[in-house]
Amino acid sequence: MLIFITRRIGTMALTMLVVSLLLFLLLELNPGSVATKVLGPYSTEEQRRIWLEAHGYFDPLYERYFRWLTDFIRGDFGESTRFKVPVGDILWPRLGNTAILGLAVMAVVVPLSLTLGVLAGMKEGSSLDRGISISSIFFTSIPEFASAVFLASIFVFWLGWLPGTSGMSDGFDLRQLVLPVMVLVIYAFGYTVRMTRASMAEVMMTNYIRTAVLKGLPWRTVITKHALRNALIAPFTVLMLQINWLLSGVIVVEFFFAYKGFGALLLEASLNQDIFLIEACAMVAVFVAVGTQFVADVGYTYLNPRIRFS
Amino acid sequence: MAEQTASVPKAPPLPVRIFRGFGLLRESVVAMVGLGLIAFWVVLAIFADVIAPYPPNANFAPMQVPWATDAQGNFYLLGTDHLGRDIFSRIVYGSRRVLLLAPLATLCAYLVGVPMGLAAGYLRGRWDDVLSFVANVILSFPVLVLYVLIIATVGASALNILIAIIFASGPGIMRIVRGLALELRNREYIAAAQTRGESALYIMFVEMLPNARGPIIVDACLRVGYVTITIGVLGFLGLGLPPPDPDWGGMINETRQLAMMFPHMAVFPCIAISSLVLGFNLLADGFREISLRD
Repeated sequence: MLIFITRRIGTMALTMLVVSLLLFLLLELNPGSVATKVLGPYSTEEQRRIWLEAHGYFDPLYERYFRWLTDFIRGDFGESTRFKVPVGDILWPRLGNTAILGLAVMAVVVPLSLTLGVLAGMKEGSSLDRGISISSIFFTSIPEFASAVFLASIFVFWLGWLPGTSGMSDGFDLRQLVLPVMVLVIYAFGYTVRMTRASMAEVMMTNYIRTAVLKGLPWRTVITKHALRNALIAPFTVLMLQINWLLSGVIVVEFFFAYKGFGALLLEASLNQDIFLIEACAMVAVFVAVGTQFVADVGYTYLNPRIRFS
Repeated sequence: MAEQTASVPKAPPLPVRIFRGFGLLRESVVAMVGLGLIAFWVVLAIFADVIAPYPPNANFAPMQVPWATDAQGNFYLLGTDHLGRDIFSRIVYGSRRVLLLAPLATLCAYLVGVPMGLAAGYLRGRWDDVLSFVANVILSFPVLVLYVLIIATVGASALNILIAIIFASGPGIMRIVRGLALELRNREYIAAAQTRGESALYIMFVEMLPNARGPIIVDACLRVGYVTITIGVLGFLGLGLPPPDPDWGGMINETRQLAMMFPHMAVFPCIAISSLVLGFNLLADGFREISLRD
């Protein structure tokens, strides 16, 4: 187990390293464009040259990369060109807001999708199964911006029950969190339902379930004591990987509802060419994605004793 | 020996097989509904000039609600937007872009992903190590983060969106094809081809690829739907094709601020895009059902 975990951490570190190199090459390969982005389009040639000189941009590429990387690991992300403050000062609070959103979404998605998936997979081909499967296809077909528009039209325009923006300008407001969470739940739950259903359906086909049914155990006991334990291993992985998926979803949802979170920050930074902020946001996003993948892998092998580490 | 070869049934010609495949598809209600939805949009896109009552960029009375007639007697089926452009005509013309770009981008992504996947799965060794690692690195990015980064750096144009889609979905395709190739490489007909001395390229593309088509078709169908969503999302985030030509995602982006007062401006393009994606997803589900049956 220890060797397995160490190896996974090694792969994770290597992936992060390659990602950082890609990002660096994508954004900082050409020092001239870095200077233009930092100093603005109206800076003179002379100003840019001085800035580049002062920040060591005339050094060879590999030297610049290693300096950038060591600064990055120490938590020195540079300064945002738009907000004129260190990147960390804006990044961490925004990330906290997105974490609140994500936790709220997971708190709804996990029980909802597991229950529906198990109900559908219990009797494959039943009308309940067909109903749940078709509606999960239906919900995964709606892009998140479309469900945001639909829900906002219903609850904001038509019924007038909920606020249409979630800027939280007067402190935290639970009502402003409802619509973003609903949109993300619709965005995320369909896939998890289908995976849970497939896993449950597979378990229901096994011999030990048939034995349990034939020896006369009540249906409820067969499901809760025998089937669920094995059927819920695969959905665990899917749910962990949903976090990667949610990181895409939050960009759209936070943009639509003006929620001050990480996704909106990343988009804003990209649109404003706020170069150091883009780098930090992208690295954080990939770190979260790779980290959850790691937890999913380790958790899966831990939960499933049939798979042993090689 | 000669009698044995003669007794092997000959495969029917391709048109017959396609026709039979369609016949199978007709048994699945889900697939037919999906196909109907797609056909609806394809017809609208082809006959846009005839169906759309107004040119897509012409300005009339702004902010008309659906089913309204203005002072000049112009009728607007789905209303007009903030610049007085007829929403129905814009949706009809906008379908052309999506229906051209989404399948084209998916096809290009397959042209990149399939050879990579076959190479990784059939040749194994170094090829597999390198290709899988590259795929893992790209897939470790949350998808939309990757799109936003690429488009914001290189700028928004049809070609750049195409390239970004190939870059972001190629690795996913590669992974699926690799899995299929790993499964097929131990079959006897592959061993037979190797014994005959066929080249690796021949085995990968002539022996393996046709036998892996089932899951690839299902995946392609889902992926076209997903690429449609991606194009919509990019338009919605303001990273799509430049205005004023109608683009479903762009239409939602432009009228988003007014959505609380005039929801129809954003709702109808949303319905358009959702129904097209639903069509692709239902068709994929139908294909899966059929491929599981035999």
